[in-house]
Amino acid sequence: MKTFIDVCCKECWHSTEKPCDQFIRCCTEGPLCHHNPDCEKKFKQLNRELTYQEHDLPVIFIGKGTCGLASGAQKTEDAIRAELDKLNIKAIIETTGCVGYCAKEPIVDIKLPGKDRVSYCEVTPKIVSKLIQKTIVEKDIYKENFLGKYGPAENGYKNINDIDFFKRQMKIVLENCGVIDPTSIDTYIAHGGFKALDKVLTHRKQEEVVNDILASGLRGRGGGGFPTGKKWDFALKQKSEQKYIICNADEGDPGAFMDRSVLESDPYKVVEGMLIGGYAIGASVGYIYCRAEYPLAITRLENTIKNCKQYGLLGKNILGTGFNFELKIKKGAGAFVCGEETALIASIEGKRGMPKPRPPYPAVSGLWGKPTVINNVETFANVPQVFNKGVEFYASIGTKTSKGTKVFALSGKIRNTGLVEVPMGTTLREVVFDIGGGIPNNKKFKAVQIGGPSGGCLPEKVMDTVVDYESLKTVGAMMGSGGLVVMDEDTCMVDVAKFFLTFIQNESCGKCVPCREGTKRMLEIIEKIPMSYKNTANKVDQLQRFKGIIHLQRLADVIKDTSLCGLGQSAPNPILSGLKYFKDEYEEHLYDRKCTAGVCKELLTFTVNNDLCEGCGLCARKCPVEAIMGEKKQAHYIIQDRCIRCGMCVDSCKFEAIDVE
Amino acid sequence: MHKKIFENYPPKDKSVLIAVLQDVQHIYGYLPENALQEVADFVGLPLSRVYGVATFYNQFRLTPLGENVIRVCRGTACHVSNSANILFNIETALNVKAGQTTRDKKFTLETVACIGACSIAPVITVNDDYFGKVAVKEIPNILKKYSTPKKQII
Repeated sequence: MKTFIDVCCKECWHSTEKPCDQFIRCCTEGPLCHHNPDCEKKFKQLNRELTYQEHDLPVIFIGKGTCGLASGAQKTEDAIRAELDKLNIKAIIETTGCVGYCAKEPIVDIKLPGKDRVSYCEVTPKIVSKLIQKTIVEKDIYKENFLGKYGPAENGYKNINDIDFFKRQMKIVLENCGVIDPTSIDTYIAHGGFKALDKVLTHRKQEEVVNDILASGLRGRGGGGFPTGKKWDFALKQKSEQKYIICNADEGDPGAFMDRSVLESDPYKVVEGMLIGGYAIGASVGYIYCRAEYPLAITRLENTIKNCKQYGLLGKNILGTGFNFELKIKKGAGAFVCGEETALIASIEGKRGMPKPRPPYPAVSGLWGKPTVINNVETFANVPQVFNKGVEFYASIGTKTSKGTKVFALSGKIRNTGLVEVPMGTTLREVVFDIGGGIPNNKKFKAVQIGGPSGGCLPEKVMDTVVDYESLKTVGAMMGSGGLVVMDEDTCMVDVAKFFLTFIQNESCGKCVPCREGTKRMLEIIEKIPMSYKNTANKVDQLQRFKGIIHLQRLADVIKDTSLCGLGQSAPNPILSGLKYFKDEYEEHLYDRKCTAGVCKELLTFTVNNDLCEGCGLCARKCPVEAIMGEKKQAHYIIQDRCIRCGMCVDSCKFEAIDVE
Repeated sequence: MHKKIFENYPPKDKSVLIAVLQDVQHIYGYLPENALQEVADFVGLPLSRVYGVATFYNQFRLTPLGENVIRVCRGTACHVSNSANILFNIETALNVKAGQTTRDKKFTLETVACIGACSIAPVITVNDDYFGKVAVKEIPNILKKYSTPKKQII
């Protein structure tokens, strides 16, 4: 018996074609249908192997999510394999997903037989030979790159959940991420996977499942925060011969990557959630709409579906209960607006991804006019945990209106970039400063951008806001999908507003006028703010700028009120929150014609500091417009009229001799 | 060449349009005009509708790609970590704007809304290779790595 689908002896009869309703329980507690000490031993043995409790060879876990691979995990793996070959050591190399601490990738865990699993961070090919020598040959802990260990702390080596980054986190969705092999269905089952599905299919009626989800207080994690149970309830009550359930994995928010990580690191949990959802509303077909920009996530999902089919967990008569469910992957083709429910449906139908007015809501008339439930990846990943941990437990986490945990993707100017999962009700300050470790390079914190292009930038003074759907709205942001981009004093808020508007303007589908034309006008107004008028004699332009600013607020409100879908309705948020919290900065740009952060190029002047310039001429060679002149070994100078303020000279100068004002 | 793709899909099924286009683009690197016409016939839609879909989504392109595709991530995290300058530098180094291909067909430069690797911002990808925490200084080296002629594999 190598996998759970293998039969233990002649008595066992589970197969893809002939499913047994006790299959899942049998895998971890089995065999249930007959008594045979030999079989029991086989099951126990397999479970202990799959949960890495029993193995003869050292196991090396390598985190190979996109973040790990981009940090060089593949090179590290190659180096490890070469080193093991050289030393003639046999070891099992397992692929895992992302544990969340992306700043410290590549992360490699090593577990020796009979010892605790130990996590090492920033394992580059350079240190591989030292690491292998110390850990596998000398059977010790390699102190230099030690991150944390699983199991009790000893000799000052902390448990991984006690280190600063993980200490305040509560892992419900990310429980398995980075810990188990995301490609193996056996590992997932041995770690308690599909237990919730089993419980639901065999013990719960459809209404009961919906009621449980309602009672748990789970709300959509995609951003809007609509109660998941209510959505399911609407769909359940619809009478239709065909219903659909869709997983929204079109994570277009720049700065959000938790869905990618969950799909790469624990795809089975999402599929299990979808199966439960499908059963609850009576859907027999499911779609996962995943961005084509996430090739690894798609590969892992394809593998997941293949394995589930083989194990009889997808297809006809699942676990012998008569429940049929088919799952398909639809690859998105790169349109941000397709994250909106109705646009996503249009895209699955093969059309241009344009939203439709609601009602009718998708739960009434969705894909091909049939009742459809669309939930986000993280929502589905929460569903099995509601049943595993119990409805009461789930409902006890979080605040009054927002239950459970939320995964945030920390990025930008912050020390510990990565994924963090915190209970609702944690303050932003805790997330950014305690877990995130604050701002690197002794810079000052300026703002945290939450909720992607639909959210807002929050300053220091509202950092004590707790994380839940309502509180974030009151301060002018929104939960969004959970991207937290931290900005320091080198970030210009006007530039950020311009960035988001450019994004929204590009991604606006063009169907409704307020969004298509309004965001364009807003962008024009914002673009005029950091523009220099030194070289134009035309005063009308300057007048236009002030006129635009006067109307900005009103324009934003109109777009908000009259746009068709969420994209347009939330498009002005970055501007509104900017005007609310960073008015000074806007005014500084307008009246003083200055950009303190040094980002808005047109307002900057570049000069050469004669005391520092060595006259190497590097900047003159790099300058794309030949604006830098000077004799060799003499201080150079910049011809201001020619300078296009690209900043190439600043980046290329080795002596920091270029002053920016 | 692309006719083989049609074997995997039921004919006259409008919902497979995007998937078929993705497969066609996978073969050619872009969507040639005659292929669009054939796709339209296959799924039973007028060419104008197929063109509408092909121009709506960012992934599809109607012009051929260069040998290497450079994608510069312009997500928020990358933006605050200076990705605008990185894009500008690549643009000057290759003498093309984003969305264009160099004259020698060596490089195509594109921007992408977010690659989803924000933790190692700023990120660029060349073909399928990721480069995280890219500094402006590293760009010439990265470009050099891909501009050396590849051995012909036939």
